[in-house]
Amino acid sequence: MTETLSETPLTRWHKTAGATLAPFAGYEMPIHYGSIVDEHQACRQRGVLFDVSHMGRLRFDGDGSAALLDRLLTRRVTDLPVGGVRYGLVCNDDGGVLDDVLVSHLETPSGTRYHLMVVNASNREKMIRWITPQLADFPQVTMSDRTELTAMIAVQGPAVMEAVGRLFRSDPRQLKYYRAVITEQLGKPVIVSRTGYTGEDGVELIVRAEEASRVWENLLLAGRDAGFVPAGLGARDTLRLEAGMPLYGHELDEQIDPLSAGLAFACNLDGREFNGDAALRSIRDSGPKTVRVGLRPEGRRPAREGCPILAADAEPIGRVTSGTASPTLGYPIAMGYVAAEHAAAGTRVAIDIRGKSQPAVVTPLPFYRREKAAAKA
Amino acid sequence: MKPEELLYAESHEWVHVAEEEGQKVATVGISAFAVEQLNDLVYMDLPEAGKKVSSGEEFGEVESVKAVSPLYSPVDGEIVAVNSELPDHLERLGEDPYGSGWVIKVRLDDDAALGKLMDHAAYQKQCAAEG
Repeated sequence: MTETLSETPLTRWHKTAGATLAPFAGYEMPIHYGSIVDEHQACRQRGVLFDVSHMGRLRFDGDGSAALLDRLLTRRVTDLPVGGVRYGLVCNDDGGVLDDVLVSHLETPSGTRYHLMVVNASNREKMIRWITPQLADFPQVTMSDRTELTAMIAVQGPAVMEAVGRLFRSDPRQLKYYRAVITEQLGKPVIVSRTGYTGEDGVELIVRAEEASRVWENLLLAGRDAGFVPAGLGARDTLRLEAGMPLYGHELDEQIDPLSAGLAFACNLDGREFNGDAALRSIRDSGPKTVRVGLRPEGRRPAREGCPILAADAEPIGRVTSGTASPTLGYPIAMGYVAAEHAAAGTRVAIDIRGKSQPAVVTPLPFYRREKAAAKA
Repeated sequence: MKPEELLYAESHEWVHVAEEEGQKVATVGISAFAVEQLNDLVYMDLPEAGKKVSSGEEFGEVESVKAVSPLYSPVDGEIVAVNSELPDHLERLGEDPYGSGWVIKVRLDDDAALGKLMDHAAYQKQCAAEG
């Protein structure tokens, strides 16, 4: 193996902390710092820090950047107010998902407005290749890849807003869910976004690469009394799975459209033109043939990605895309795609787990939903 | 059992051979190093007693939150006992890997496979290289 892995500005910190690292989308990333389950529970009960600097950050400046993004995304962007964040899909002409992204509309202290798109690490190069030719129609727009100049830290958990709120010049507790602001942490700029990928309250921060270690340490220190710990990609995966959130490369890929994936809420199909619009309207009109569902296998054996899903008569009807033993619920959970006629909650199916047929039930998503009352606004 | 007195397979199973009623019986388990590497065990699938196994053959599997790991028989013979309490007490694999965390007992057909196993010192070297 001669392929060199990229490091984030925090990779050295992870190594010093004794993390188990593994290659992910070309980066050497922490999988856990001792126990995936402990880190998962810490996020559900207290607070954790994730280094998510491997995710791509593309900045769009200039008049027409909203119009460009409106062309790219399944969701309207032209009416996104300053301070707003929106989840959407970027599709190819067949309606297949190229990536799922977050777009923020931000304003610098000096009054410059721009859009920021956060893309999956594994799709960053592909997205740049997809967007670049479309820039020709928007001559005032410039796209810049900010990934390597910045770091991104997700701070997630019920105690997060209380513990880290004071660290910032503008208190993120004032931010509503899916809102973002450019503020300062000890005099240095930071983008604070009240978003996340765990099902818990919290923020995602973008800072300059050279500030990453200092901000990370400050966050850990601020959360010390509340029991914050660093968490790796292992816990991030089990947390998002409990929260019913799709992961690109598993629940989403270029062969899957957003309507089959249950992401109609992120699609504004009518009255606008965007990549894949005709294909998606056609899928809507005929109805998706396969549907993303939650699955609960009986017993304790987790179903894993790739396991065939069978109907009561043993007919193959789909495939598992993610599965684990849920640390919060204490039983196995999975997501997968099944033929639309088998997708109703409560449908009894079977999952072929390496040759053994395990009964399972189609279950509503998400598996886990936090108590909103516990989140202090 | 003391880890220093056991034999080890490259795939991290340990073996202890004892005479029982004139026959050689191997107790097989998973090394402490492997259990630690697996991290957060959630499920174990074990065979029934009476099954014949040969060395290198998969006889069961152990699952962590993250992944599935096959268990390979380090010896040739017939499974004569299975630690059937273990799947309900996976913590024993971590707390007592060389005692109550044993997995299966195999009545050996012959000693041939034992020659391919490592002693404790050689196994320690392998772990150091992997860990």
